[in-house]
Amino acid sequence: MIVESLPFLLKGTLVTVWLTALSLSLGLIIAVPVSFLQVYGGRVSRFICSIYEKTFRSIPLLVLLMLIFYGLPEIGIRLEPFLACVLGLAIRSSAYQSQIFRGAILSVSKGQTLAAYSLGMSRMQTFWHVVFPQALRFSIAPWTNELTVVLKDSSMAYALGVVELLRQGSYIVARTYEPMLIFLTCAAIYLILTVSANKIFAAIEKKLTIPGFEMREVLH
Amino acid sequence: MDDVVLKVEDLRKRFGSLEVLKGVSFEVRRGQTVVILGPSGTGKSTLLACINRLVEPDSGRVFLEGEEITSKNAQKMRQKIGFVFQDFNLFNHLTALDNVRIGPMKVQKLSKEEATEIALEQLRKVGLLDKANHYPSQLSGGQKQRVAIARALAMRPTLVLFDEPTSALDPELIGEVLSVMTDLAKEGMTMVVVTHELGFARSVANEIIFMEGGVILERGTPEEFFTNPKTDRARQFLKKLSELYGEKAR
Repeated sequence: MIVESLPFLLKGTLVTVWLTALSLSLGLIIAVPVSFLQVYGGRVSRFICSIYEKTFRSIPLLVLLMLIFYGLPEIGIRLEPFLACVLGLAIRSSAYQSQIFRGAILSVSKGQTLAAYSLGMSRMQTFWHVVFPQALRFSIAPWTNELTVVLKDSSMAYALGVVELLRQGSYIVARTYEPMLIFLTCAAIYLILTVSANKIFAAIEKKLTIPGFEMREVLH
Repeated sequence: MDDVVLKVEDLRKRFGSLEVLKGVSFEVRRGQTVVILGPSGTGKSTLLACINRLVEPDSGRVFLEGEEITSKNAQKMRQKIGFVFQDFNLFNHLTALDNVRIGPMKVQKLSKEEATEIALEQLRKVGLLDKANHYPSQLSGGQKQRVAIARALAMRPTLVLFDEPTSALDPELIGEVLSVMTDLAKEGMTMVVVTHELGFARSVANEIIFMEGGVILERGTPEEFFTNPKTDRARQFLKKLSELYGEKAR
């Protein structure tokens, strides 16, 4: 039976992977400027970014998804369930990712910035050539952790009717009445995805290692 | 050669209630090495940082070759002012070569080939050509500081500021850095050096400035300063240092 169900589950897995990849990417695109402004911005932009980050770290994901999917149509914004999920996951993840990057930027020592300024670099050049490459290396480990969180939480898309891994599983359960077996298979697939993602990023981290440049644990 | 490269006029800086610089003025002529001596915490490092606006002074003016350095043009002016830090501040994620060529490449927009050529030449000058592909963590303190000097020189600066360049080094590594600086001075580089190395001050400086409490107490040639200091404070300072380190004239 697992063999029969597997094609369906894999189809769901594909949706889960897409959901995760898109949400993380969009979250990343939002998080980089947010973290940049939190560290380098003026008082107003720092304040706005910190409100943004605190708000979306405090709202449960499911509530956020409901707001986007059922709430936004009231003001004329109607999104497909899949898009609504991507948006919800991305917004929440951007709040967490911004904290990862903020911590990483702050952990690059002040002397590095001063040295860059002393060569005549602008703030942008200093960030881009000196701070960011170092901060990136500090971020990989916590970022991988965030990836696995988004991957697992993408199962919340179930609530909006997106046919991802969990919902495919539940369809099969409805046909076969084998919840234990099917949901265990789903769990195994999540496990495999998480472990592989960790392995891949551990390899990337290793590849980017610079002698003596320790991958310090970043506080965030 | 009598032209003034650096002119500092009545520089003042206060951190909260602490007045660190209380009106400092001096000039440096082209090709001269000025050594600033004085007890710790008397504003020597702040003075250097105020010159290239890494620290914004409260008042006073600084001119480089007649052009005033302001917070507006600081970024451009810094290209002409090399700065060597006490704790090196080499870019940790870059090799020695990349540390030295990043300025010419990214700031002066030279081609990679040109920048590399300049960088290798500077690394050769500080005797570290064979370490070009090493990362900072693979270098000793003395080697790091020599790379940092090469990094400053690769920008072809008009003036180089040294902020206690040997204070973070183990004693046996100080010599290699001082000898690079001595060569540089002999080649005619204009330099302002904050240091506690009396031997270097005595043998290399054209002028000694003695600072305490945010003001210049005394200035003169090394000969005048070391053999016949005018102020009691300078006498005490020299006595204390020579008691600490022994007579260290080189």
